[in-house]
Order: sequence, then C-alpha cells, then structure tokens
Amino acid sequence: MIRLESVNVAFDGRVVLENVTVQLQEQRIGIIGLNGSGKSTFVRLLNGLQLPDKGTVYVDDLDSQQEGRKIRRRVGFVFQNPDNQIVYPTVREDMSFGLKNLRFPKEDIEQRIEKALIAYGIEHLADRLTHQLSGGEKQLVALVGVLIMQPEYIVLDEPTTLLDLKNKRLLMSIIRDLGQRVIMVTHDLDLLVDFDRVLCFHDGKLASDGQPASVINEYLQLCDQ
Amino acid sequence: MISLYHPAQSLIHSIAAGHKVLMLLILGTVLFQVDRLEILVVVAVVVVACYGVAKIPFRLAFKQLKPALFLLAIIFLAQIFILGLEAAIFVVLRFAVLILAASLVTLTTMMSHMIEAIEKGLSIFGHWLPVAKISLALSLTVRFIPVIGVMAEEVREAQRVRGMERNVFALAMPLIIRTLKMGTEVAEALDARGFDSDDETDAKSRTS
Ligand SMILES: Nc1ncnc2c1ncn2[C@@H]1O[C@H](COP(=O)(O)OP(=O)(O)O)[C@@H](O)[C@H]1O
Ligand SMILES: [Mg+2]
Repeated sequence: MIRLESVNVAFDGRVVLENVTVQLQEQRIGIIGLNGSGKSTFVRLLNGLQLPDKGTVYVDDLDSQQEGRKIRRRVGFVFQNPDNQIVYPTVREDMSFGLKNLRFPKEDIEQRIEKALIAYGIEHLADRLTHQLSGGEKQLVALVGVLIMQPEYIVLDEPTTLLDLKNKRLLMSIIRDLGQRVIMVTHDLDLLVDFDRVLCFHDGKLASDGQPASVINEYLQLCDQ
Repeated sequence: MISLYHPAQSLIHSIAAGHKVLMLLILGTVLFQVDRLEILVVVAVVVVACYGVAKIPFRLAFKQLKPALFLLAIIFLAQIFILGLEAAIFVVLRFAVLILAASLVTLTTMMSHMIEAIEKGLSIFGHWLPVAKISLALSLTVRFIPVIGVMAEEVREAQRVRGMERNVFALAMPLIIRTLKMGTEVAEALDARGFDSDDETDAKSRTS
C-alpha cells in the first residue's frame, strides 16, 4: 500500500501540491486533472523521484525520504516520452539495463529478457535500433523495460499521449492484464472506465476521489467552468 | 555514428567486435612499418576486397573516403615537395587503407557490440575504473546522437515555418536548452530504472 500523509510540494515558494492525504491500495487507479494541476508531481512522489517538502510518503511502510532506492525497486515508473527513458541503442540491451541494476547474473538476465520479449509480444523488436522504432513501439519497449524488473507497482505518467488509437489499445491491453498495481495519469478518460478508482487533481489539491464515473463527471463539470 | 552501421549477413559482420578492433590496431601498427610498395598495394586490395565480402556497396565504401580526400590531396602534394613522389604515395596510401579499414569495422559492427567490446577490454582495469559507468556513458552517447539529430531538425522546422532560414546561432540556443531538459529527464529515468549513480562497487560486481 502507498500512503501519503499531509504532503506538500512547492517549487520556488509556489505550492503545487497542498496537504494531500491519501491511501492507494486498489488494483488500478487513474489520475486526472487539468494541465499543471499537479498530477505529475503527485505520481513522482510515489517512487521518490520527488520528495515532499512537508508530510510523508510511505510505500509499503518505507519512507521515501529515507528509502528512495528500495522504493524505486518496488515502484516502476513509465514516463510520457519513451525517448528519454530508453537508454541503450538496441531493444535487447535496453531490457538488460534494469536487470543489471538489480544485479542479476548474466545468464539469468538473458533468460528473463527472452521470456519478457515473448510474454509482451515484442520479440520481433529485440535486435532493432531503439531510435528507429515507431512511437508506439518505443512506448512498449519503455514499459517492458520497467515490467522486466518485476516491480510491485507500476506508475505511468500519460503513457498514451503520444500514441495513435491502435497503439493506445495495445498498450492498454497489456496494462489491463498486469498482475501489478497500476497507477496511471491520463487525459484519455475513456481508458479509465473499468479502473477501480480515480483521483482528480485541481490546483494542487485532491479535488475528488472515488468511482471512475462520478469522478470523471465532476472533472467534466470542472472543465466547463 | 550509429547510422553508419550497414546491416548484412557476412563473414566480416560475424567477427566479434573486439577482434575487429584488435585487428584494426594491429593493421594500423603494421601499415607504418611496411616499406615496400607492393605489400602496401596488396593490403589495400585486400581491404577493398573485404568490402565486397561484407556486401557493402561501392558507393558506401567511397563515401567513407570522400571527406578525407581533400586532406589526403594536400598531404600528397606536400609530401611530393618534401620527400618526393614515392614517399608521397606511401603516406597517402597508408592513410587511405587505414581509413577504409576503420570504416569497414564501423560499417560492419553494431555500436552496442563495439561498446560491449570496449567494456570487456576495460574490465581488466575494473578495480580502478568505473567500467559500468564508462560503458553506460558510451551507450547513452550513441543512443542520443540520433535523438538530438531529430531535435535539431524539429527546431529548424519550427524556425522555418516562422520565417527564419538557416542560422546556426539561432539553432544552437533552443537546441542546448532542449538537450539540457532532456538530460534531466534521462537522469531521472536512470534513477527510476534502478541505476545507482553513486555505487562504487558497480564495476566490480559486474565483472565478477
Ligand atoms: N521542477 C519544477 N520546477 C518548477 N515548477 C514545477 C516543476 N515541476 C512542476 N512544476 C510546476 O508545478 C505545477 C504542477 O506541475 P505538474 O505536476 O507537472 O502538473 P501536471 O502533470 O498535472 O500537468 C505546474 O504549475 C508546473 O509548472
Ligand atoms: Mg504531467
């Protein structure tokens, strides 16, 4: 379970997240809100990329101020732009990056890569140069690069924003089947209808929280104001 | 750099990257010991033939030499005046062969394999050098050259649609800012993917 207690985040004195207290334990949680409402800041708190200025973030009772490294192993993070998180020239190598960081032995790494490539249907990309992949393929590679580390939580910050409809669906079908807990920021509201819970941020505050239908409804009203 | 790789199935492609680099080193050393023209010519022919074996089109092979042609011509003329015609031929032929051979290695070796080979080579010094970090830095460089290339193109297009034609200085600033921003994000991604930037045992545990 991830738990935030009275969390504040400010940049240069400007408060961008204010007094957020929330417990995340559902299987799939969606995060929505207008641009600049604090969604990214919120999810970056969940794996210690961002530390709170006030309050505390606990991931399975690990405090993000102290246990950043352990938390990052538990909480996988997928960024909006896959270009910036693919770090190796070929797909196969990029897959090995996280596993090397986890200190798996070499043979183990190769086996895990093969398995993951097949499990997520990207074995045909294995030896391709990452910069030659399409946007959808890159995002898949970025996601699998995180999944292969077998984190307990997967946090995704607008993973579908750069994708066309087909790739969006492909990515979502993978996300739906994940055994891990998923926390996903998105502007594609229709992707959230079968999520267990949706949080809506507004001006740095948790404005509404609950079943997708009702939270999305409130969000739409907010947009009309 | 990365786009130099010419994918094909060939004997030369299949030689291990480390061996190719080693052979290149040896060739470079030997070339400058050879003092008989006929041997030099034979080596040149062999290197050119290797392009055939590697199934690299002549056009591509010539392209490797082209940027150096001007320089070679100057060297050639200078050497004629200083040491005479024969010495000039020697020097130019040596350089040409070396350039062709080095290009052949880059054309037939995936950058990632090259980096792996370098990492292996460096791992002898694993106790003194952060090998994993050096190899990551090399990988990142190779990985982001095309990304920055695309970025430059984007900035140029954005400037062109707003009426600015080619201007290196106008290109540099937004490109630098974007690159720095990207750098921050990449650093975060490395973090998020479990890379311990301050872990000194890195190199050792990888090579053991
Ligand atoms: N590193 C930063 N430095 C300064 N301001 C930031 C930084 N990151 C985010 N902000 C500001 O915090 C606010 C919330 O940003 P963010 O969490 O990225 O919003 P969202 O993801 O919902 O669009 C924005 O006004 C943004 O400009
Ligand atoms: Mg955001």
